[in-house]
This record gives sequence, structure tokens and C-alpha cells, in this order.
Amino acid sequence: MHRDELRRRAAEHRLHLEGFAHHLLVCSSLGCAHNDALITALRRSVAERGMESRVLIRKTGCMGLCALGPLVAVQPEGWLYQHVRPEDADVVVASLGQQPSEQLLVPPDLPFFARQHKNVLALSGRIDPESLDDYLAAGGYAGLFAALDMRPAEVIRRIQESGLRGRGGAGYPTGLKWATVAKARGARKYIICNADEGDPGAFMDRSILESTPHAVLEGMIIAAYAVGACQGYIYVRAEYPLAVHRLKLAIRQAERHNLLGHAICGLNLDLAIQIRLGAGAFVCGEETALIESVEGRRGIPRPRPPYPAEKGLWGYPTLINNVETYANVGPIIDRGSRWFAALGTEASKGTKVFALTGKIVHTGLIEVPMGTTLREIVFDIGGGIPDGHGFKAVQTGGPSGGCIPAEHLDAPVSYESLSELGSIMGSGGMIVMDDTSSMIDIVKYFIEFCMDESCGKCIPCRVGTAQIHRLLTAFQERTATEADLAQLEMLCDLVKNTSLCGLGQSAPNPVLSTLRYFRQEYLDRISESRQPEDRP
Amino acid sequence: MPTSAPPHPSGENRPWRSVDQAMQRHDYRPDALIETLHAAQDAFGYLDGETLAYIAAKLRLPPAKVFGVATFYNHFSHKPKGEHTLVVCTGTACHVKGTDRVLAWVRDRYGLLPGETTADNRLSLVEVRCVGACALAPVILTDGDVIGKRGVEETTAVIEEWLHHAP
Repeated sequence: MHRDELRRRAAEHRLHLEGFAHHLLVCSSLGCAHNDALITALRRSVAERGMESRVLIRKTGCMGLCALGPLVAVQPEGWLYQHVRPEDADVVVASLGQQPSEQLLVPPDLPFFARQHKNVLALSGRIDPESLDDYLAAGGYAGLFAALDMRPAEVIRRIQESGLRGRGGAGYPTGLKWATVAKARGARKYIICNADEGDPGAFMDRSILESTPHAVLEGMIIAAYAVGACQGYIYVRAEYPLAVHRLKLAIRQAERHNLLGHAICGLNLDLAIQIRLGAGAFVCGEETALIESVEGRRGIPRPRPPYPAEKGLWGYPTLINNVETYANVGPIIDRGSRWFAALGTEASKGTKVFALTGKIVHTGLIEVPMGTTLREIVFDIGGGIPDGHGFKAVQTGGPSGGCIPAEHLDAPVSYESLSELGSIMGSGGMIVMDDTSSMIDIVKYFIEFCMDESCGKCIPCRVGTAQIHRLLTAFQERTATEADLAQLEMLCDLVKNTSLCGLGQSAPNPVLSTLRYFRQEYLDRISESRQPEDRP
Repeated sequence: MPTSAPPHPSGENRPWRSVDQAMQRHDYRPDALIETLHAAQDAFGYLDGETLAYIAAKLRLPPAKVFGVATFYNHFSHKPKGEHTLVVCTGTACHVKGTDRVLAWVRDRYGLLPGETTADNRLSLVEVRCVGACALAPVILTDGDVIGKRGVEETTAVIEEWLHHAP
């Protein structure tokens, strides 16, 4: 199908949507589970009032505020209803065109929404993720259509100028990666979308895939055009069945409408995209281990160089980007690099999606411009700590990141500042801990995770994480000595500097960051272990 | 090594067709291995030696390699599951909200450790890394149903209730 036909289709669908006086958007992501009964109840209530021709009920992706789910948005009124149960259906439908129901209404000035800046999540919760027409009508694929009028080099230049950096954790400049793959010699080239969101406590990618799967496909098609790839893979966790289902559907729709396959949009561009299911191995988030897994083998990292950009899947140049990175591509091409570069800080451009969880009032999914302070995120957007407890630390970057204490709450979130604080941006998990949380407990949790997930190829990671775990257990059981503390620091340094891949290199980060900010907790455990007669 | 679909020792007629289809879809290339293991686990619930040998023969891969891959990934299970499956999420948010206490309760109440099944084959306990529903922590799945936002005590009550009423 040519671009004009798709644009016409979008205009027709917009007209169809405008024909309804009211829209009820029901969140149908994993965070608002069990809403089939709610949708049935809403349909029945609308039918009983004879309003079928005026009210459209649609399932949408994530609206972000999972803490108050199930959520129902009412458009064009702009209301958001919280904790909606099937028995509330009549109240919801009766309020249409009248006054909002006070008992269900989320206060419209809630800082959770007011302080966010949605770019990647702009359409999340506003369109039906299973409808290509919805995505097209909302301006989807405009970035692709614009890119196809440019030369590939021009597309890459725009991505470079935007300053976009990889959203999977390491923050490598995306444009530079694309340029390397474009320049690399190879009989064929591949692109891969890394949707193996392994960090426990992170669900940004799941949400993006469940809410706007076409946005990820759009980014991948643009990338394939830019670097000259004709085959793509999406490596997605098997633990995300809804995301897999919606991706499969989106791929089929894109194929049927000539956005994938041969001669895309009638042009000289071919791209097939296949899904590969992950099987529960954290190390497969590392790009070379992921490639091994796509090839059907154990997910064991390869030494780099050569980097995948030169020798990747089956030895051919391969571009690997994360879900959120691809989701940023369409808007950058559509709205321009300057628009994107105007957001964020000097070296960290654009916005970042975070999964805000743990001991915090408003758990959910947020998107803020880079440079927003941790305090704004935790206390304004997140609503602070529940049950009258005090803030202790926020953990970013999952098992590869660190714990940031209260005295650094005014630090801006950017790749540089988080790294200075001994943590990392990571993929965007943010777990808040209150004054009842033990830092040694959380650190032991992360090291246990890395120990279990170490693939075993290199000794520093395989043996080192096990030894660090043994030492932390001694601290937890209050049998540690000062010599253990010295050995712990030595081991962390060794594992960090001599491991083969990112898993081992970053595994000590949680320990190192807590030794830096919460050293007293370690020392207390040592002094407690000196008085065995006092122990219960 | 079996090269055609063998009947299962128990006499049950195994749905090999979906496994064959997965391999066919990938032209029996070796990189179809993980996809095929997924299809087999979906069909049979777990992967036993016979299934692995069959897949190895069909994909012309050494059985040791197939075994190596099948045991590398946490998602693949090598023992049959009980009538009901309780999945407990051990992601960070769930950990902070106390899933270790839920697991301790299951151990005390049913004598189960993660990966085990009760002697009467009624309940299997599975620990997963993170299901990505962190905003609902602590999260459990009772036969696939996501249950969250309920504190430790309420969660354990839900488990008892579910097992009591489950067929």
C-alpha cells in the first residue's frame, strides 16, 4: 500500500472516531488486569441507554498510574476515573456529558500527570494497541513516511543531531551506532530489537510493547532503511505474553498493509521482522549473548571487539537497539532533531521512561525530560513515601545500578550524573526504599540475582559473585569481621574490572554504592558480631 | 534416536504436531532450537529426555547441545507440573514488598520450595524473576491469573482460598 493510501485510511478513521460524542478508554495493560468484566459492564450500560452510536468504548494501553487502576479515561471531557469496578459502569456512563463522578475522578491537577512530559508514551493509553488504524489516525508512521523521502544518510544525520542515546542502559549514541552499521561491509545486514527486559523491577519496555507496538515497528523500519538491513528480529521475554501477542498482531497488520515485507510502501525497501522468544536468562540482555540466543544457542557473551555493528548475527553487521530507543525514532524524524535536542540536558537529550515502584504512593510508569531531579520524581510525581515512613534510598539501574541516598535527591537524572553517583541510568527501573529497608538485604538480593544469572563463562563473574554473596551473607547474619569488609571491597574491584561482559562488570555496583553511602550499616553489623553473647 | 513422533510411554497421544510445525516454520534450521523448545513446553508442559532427543534428531543437532540449551534457560522446566501452579514473582519491587515472606509461608504451609510439587501432585511452586507488573507488587499468579496490590497476609489468604476452591 502506498503512503497516500495509508494517509487516506488514517483520515477516514479519524472521521469515524470524531463521529462519536464520547470515548471511554479502558486501560487493558497487565497493570490493570481483570478488566474484561468492566468492558462488558460498560457496553451493557451504554446499550441500555441507547447510546451505542454516540459512545465508543476502546481498550487501550497503559495510562501510567497503575496504583489507581483499573483506570478509565473519558474523552473529550478529559476525565480520568480510578479504581473502576464493573458495578461502577452505570455511574461512569451516566456522567457522560454531565458532571464527572466525584468519587471516581482522579484530581485533574495531580502532579503525577502535570509534571510529566510524554513523548514515547504520548499515545500510550490513548489508542487501541491492537488497531493499526488507531495508530495511523493518531499520526503514527508519519516518521516513516517522512524518512522514506530522505536518503538513508540523511536519516542517520538526523538521529545523530538529535543526540538520542541508547535507552537500554549504557547510553551509547544511537546515531553513531547506526552510522557504524551503515558503513560496515557485509553481504547482508540485520537489525534486532532488544526487548529482553531482564532487570527485575522494570517494566517500561513491556508497557511500550503492550501499548504502542507499532511505534517500535516504525522505529525498526526506519532503522532498517537507514542502515540497509532486510531482516529484523525482536527478542522479547516469554514472561510477557500480552506484549508478544500484541507484537505478533502488529507485525501481521504491518505486513498486510505493506509496511513490512517486499517493496514497502511501493518503494525499493524490503524488511521482514520475526519474533524470537527469550527463555528467562538475564545475561541475554547483553547484546552478544542475545545474538547467541537468536542463533539458537546458550546465551553466552562473546568478547568484544568485534562489535555486533561489524560482526553480529551469523557474522554479519547487526544493529541492536532497545525498545524505548526505537520508539523514540519515529517522533524524532517526524518532529525534527531540534525539537528532540531541546529536551533534556547538555549530554542527555530527550525524555526517559521510568518504572516507579517500591515504597512509593503513586507506583506506575512515568516519562520525564532528562535532567528532572530525583526529588521531583519521588516526591512530586511519585507522591512520596506511604504510611508515614521516611525516604531512605532510590535504586536505579537494577542489579547493575546503585542505591542513591537522600542527600543526593536533588541530582538530575542523566547518564552522567547517575554515573557520578555510582549508579547507572539503566533501562529505567526506579525502586524506592523507605527507612524500614535494610541496604544489606537489598544488596544481597541483587548479588544473589547476578550469581544465579552469571552464565559461567568467565571466572571473575562466576566465582566472584558467589564469593561476594558469601561475604554479604556473613554481614546479614552478623558474623562478619573487618577482614571480610576489606575482602569485599577488593573482590568488588576485581569483578568490576576483569569480567567479560556487562553483567559481571556492573554486578558489584549495588555493593559499591551502598559501601559509599551506607557504610555505617556494614560497620554496625561488624560491631554487632563482636558480641556473640548478646545475640539471641 | 527416534526420528518419527514416538508415542508417549504413558500411552497418551502427544500433540507433536505443534512441535513439528515450529521446526517446519524455520526450515529445520539449527537456530529454530529455542523456538521449538518453547513449542514443546507449551504442548507438553515440560521437556523430558524423549522430547529433547526427538527435537535433536529432527534438527540434526547433537543431543548434548539440545540438553545444554534446554537447561541453560530458566523458562524451561524438566519435570511435570502439578494440577495447579502457583507462580511467585521475585522481582525487586516484589522483594521490597515482601515476597520472601510469601515464599516462607508456602514452605511452612505446603512444605514446598520453588521448583517443587507436592507429593499428592496438587500444587507446584514456581519462582519467576519478574513478570513486569511491579506496580502491583507483591505479585503472584494462580494458574496464570495475576494477583497483586495485596500485602503479604492478604496474599497468603488468597492462595489458601484459591486452592480450597480450585477443582
